[in-house]
Amino acid sequence: MNLLHFLNSFFSDGANWHGENGIPHRLVEHVEYSAIALAIAAAIGLPLGLFTGHTGRGGYALSAFATGARALPSFGLLVLMTVWLGQLGTTPAMVPLVALAVAPILVTAHEAIRNVDPAPVDAARGMGMTSLSVLFQVELPVALPLILGGLRSAAIQVVSTATIAAYISLGGFGRYIIDGLAQQTYAQVVGGAVLVAGLALVTMGLFWAVGRLVVSPGVRRRR
Amino acid sequence: MNQYFDIPSDLQHSYLGLIGLHLQEALLPVLFGLLIALPIALVCARFNWFYAPVLWVTTVLYAIPSLAFFVVLIDYTGATETTVMIPLTVYSLVLLVPAIVEGTRAVSPDTVAAATAMGFGSFRRFVQVELPIAVPAIMAGLRLAAVSSISLVSVGAIIGNQGALGNLLHDGMIYHRDPLIVTSVVTTAVLAIAVDGLLVLAQVLLTPWQPHGRAAARRARTGPGDDIGPGTDPAGDNVTGKDLTGTDVTGKDAAPQDAAALGEAAR
Amino acid sequence: MNPHVKNTLSSPRNIRLAALAIAAVTAAPLLASCSSSSSGSKDPLAAPKAKAGTVVVGSNNFPESILIGDIYGEALKAKGINVSYKPNIGTRETTYKMLQNGSVTVLPEYNGALLAYLDPKATPTTVDATATAITAKLDSKLTILNPAPAEDKDSVTVNAATAAKYHLTADSTIADLAKHGNEITFGGSPEFKNRQQGLLGLKSVYGLTPKSYKTLDVGGPLTEAALKNDNVQAADIFSTDVTIAQEKWVSLKDPKNLFGFENVLPLVSKTGLQQNGVDALNAVSAKLTTEALLDMNAQVQNDKKDPLAVAQAWLKSAGLA
Repeated sequence: MNLLHFLNSFFSDGANWHGENGIPHRLVEHVEYSAIALAIAAAIGLPLGLFTGHTGRGGYALSAFATGARALPSFGLLVLMTVWLGQLGTTPAMVPLVALAVAPILVTAHEAIRNVDPAPVDAARGMGMTSLSVLFQVELPVALPLILGGLRSAAIQVVSTATIAAYISLGGFGRYIIDGLAQQTYAQVVGGAVLVAGLALVTMGLFWAVGRLVVSPGVRRRR
Repeated sequence: MNQYFDIPSDLQHSYLGLIGLHLQEALLPVLFGLLIALPIALVCARFNWFYAPVLWVTTVLYAIPSLAFFVVLIDYTGATETTVMIPLTVYSLVLLVPAIVEGTRAVSPDTVAAATAMGFGSFRRFVQVELPIAVPAIMAGLRLAAVSSISLVSVGAIIGNQGALGNLLHDGMIYHRDPLIVTSVVTTAVLAIAVDGLLVLAQVLLTPWQPHGRAAARRARTGPGDDIGPGTDPAGDNVTGKDLTGTDVTGKDAAPQDAAALGEAAR
Repeated sequence: MNPHVKNTLSSPRNIRLAALAIAAVTAAPLLASCSSSSSGSKDPLAAPKAKAGTVVVGSNNFPESILIGDIYGEALKAKGINVSYKPNIGTRETTYKMLQNGSVTVLPEYNGALLAYLDPKATPTTVDATATAITAKLDSKLTILNPAPAEDKDSVTVNAATAAKYHLTADSTIADLAKHGNEITFGGSPEFKNRQQGLLGLKSVYGLTPKSYKTLDVGGPLTEAALKNDNVQAADIFSTDVTIAQEKWVSLKDPKNLFGFENVLPLVSKTGLQQNGVDALNAVSAKLTTEALLDMNAQVQNDKKDPLAVAQAWLKSAGLA
């Protein structure tokens, strides 16, 4: 019951609730890094995935790109960017986080659009809808649950991986884990881990709620 | 070149040694993960209600950042390879259980019914019918697990030289030898891509009834609506007497595909 | 359509043959690497299975510690002792535990830092008093050997811009910086942040409370980069760091001896090392000076030489190997 003891001593320590090293401040930092990385990754991955899925082109290039992005080791990329850019700050941390998030967003967007039942798509074309209208009014609403799934999976990975940003002096919940390792205070490590895992679960819940809100009831029932 | 491949003595391994160590630390957990995932998936396939709680538990475990997982485990298993390999096994499990379950669930009820009619019990049906048909979905999960495992091993460097190729990152920093960092990142990425490619080839070997090659690509382009019947399959792969599985899968290209996408989403 | 189908390039039979061949070729070394490590003979990172009589030389996760570890190990080898290395482990908080549980036999240490870890309140005024104070607090299974004249202290070091701004020179003290504490960001390792020989001591001894603290590494590349780019104005830098001179940084004097004496010495397990080993390490300490250390650090950092080669060369020149 070591772990529970550590948890208790971490969360009951008043010093962990305010100031620069307090949980609220670290939470804001962690969410900030994750949100920026996810936004950049979505800005790259979504249009590309929707477009290639819609036209059905570039499948090979896309799967090669996604495999490449997945293959890059996040931690290595973080260290490499820090050394290459020769500066501290969020930029070196953004590169690995974005690289991590792009692959699932891109691949699921592409596959989701490609796998839309061709019957309604043909019907829409037959009705004289433009290519763009077909994409945004027919394919996208049907593919939305899967696309959201891709975003969710990217978001969870980013939240979990943003921990390593602390290795290059940034904040976030990773601070507790890195500091706890160096100072051999396990309460901090366990507390940090629980906070990150909790945030990841909240993120998952958030995407579930968004899904309830934006996915058309017709599509939801079918799945 | 030497700046890139002169490995500092404190890592106690040659470049090739680090690669071997890296593959071992990354892939053994995937293997263990697969071995543990199969019985869990079998139970999930047999008892539907069991799947939801399993999915929840594995997702919570997956949300634990690798670094924290490593550090917490040091207390129990020391700063050793085991400490790195346990979390990676857990992560593989998280990817593989949904891949296997979704893959086997996507098997057409007709096929399942046919197998049952032939006198297959649920265990034998799972192993001999549902698992083989689910191979594409399972392989999709395995590929993700292997690639992310190879990437995550590097983080082990932070807990005291347990990151194989990742150890080059720390050494590159403390000795101001940037080329070592490049070596580490590039080698890790190449390993991941190579292993991914090998798994694709393994899948080709494991699913001889699946359409491959140009004919399949042509068919794929025509979309699921214009399905070519198995009898006219130009690849000629279905004349093996494996009609039970063969006909069904070729007609159901979309099923494992969807399961693969789901596997991705479930992460 | 199907992503697995997409990746195929030519006719099925050829692909299967190729796959078989590639799988066989790549599986072989993988299997070999697995089996070789499971035998455990060649794998230095595996759990300590050191044969009786093998001395395990550890080191902390910064280059100088790795270098001195190599010097100790090679000096012991020269006396015919079986040595295995466990270099680059982590912070003192980690390595001290490993000495206690016997997985490391010999560790390069610094007397002042070790004492501050064992007894944060101690303020000895001589090297001998430091040794006495350490021995009093040390785990009964461990002991320290003779300290070397070589010293490597933590130092409060400011970059050139900060030195110019506050008129700090080589004669200035940490107290002179304390006046401007609310204007500076201080950089150092995670452990420096809550050690007595760190931020706590800077506050209690010199009244230096920086505006904020940036957690970096142990006087390593992150700290150096941060100080260079003025992300931090002052940082904890090792006094033997070759960058100080290169970048015209100013290390502030420590008249109240917060960072105490930092002589290099071996911390060893009493039962793990025989008398000939003790003699070998004491012989090293007798010859290891700050100049020698600075020179070797420069060879590693600037000339990119391997620490083990540098250690062997020095031992040879000192007549110890």
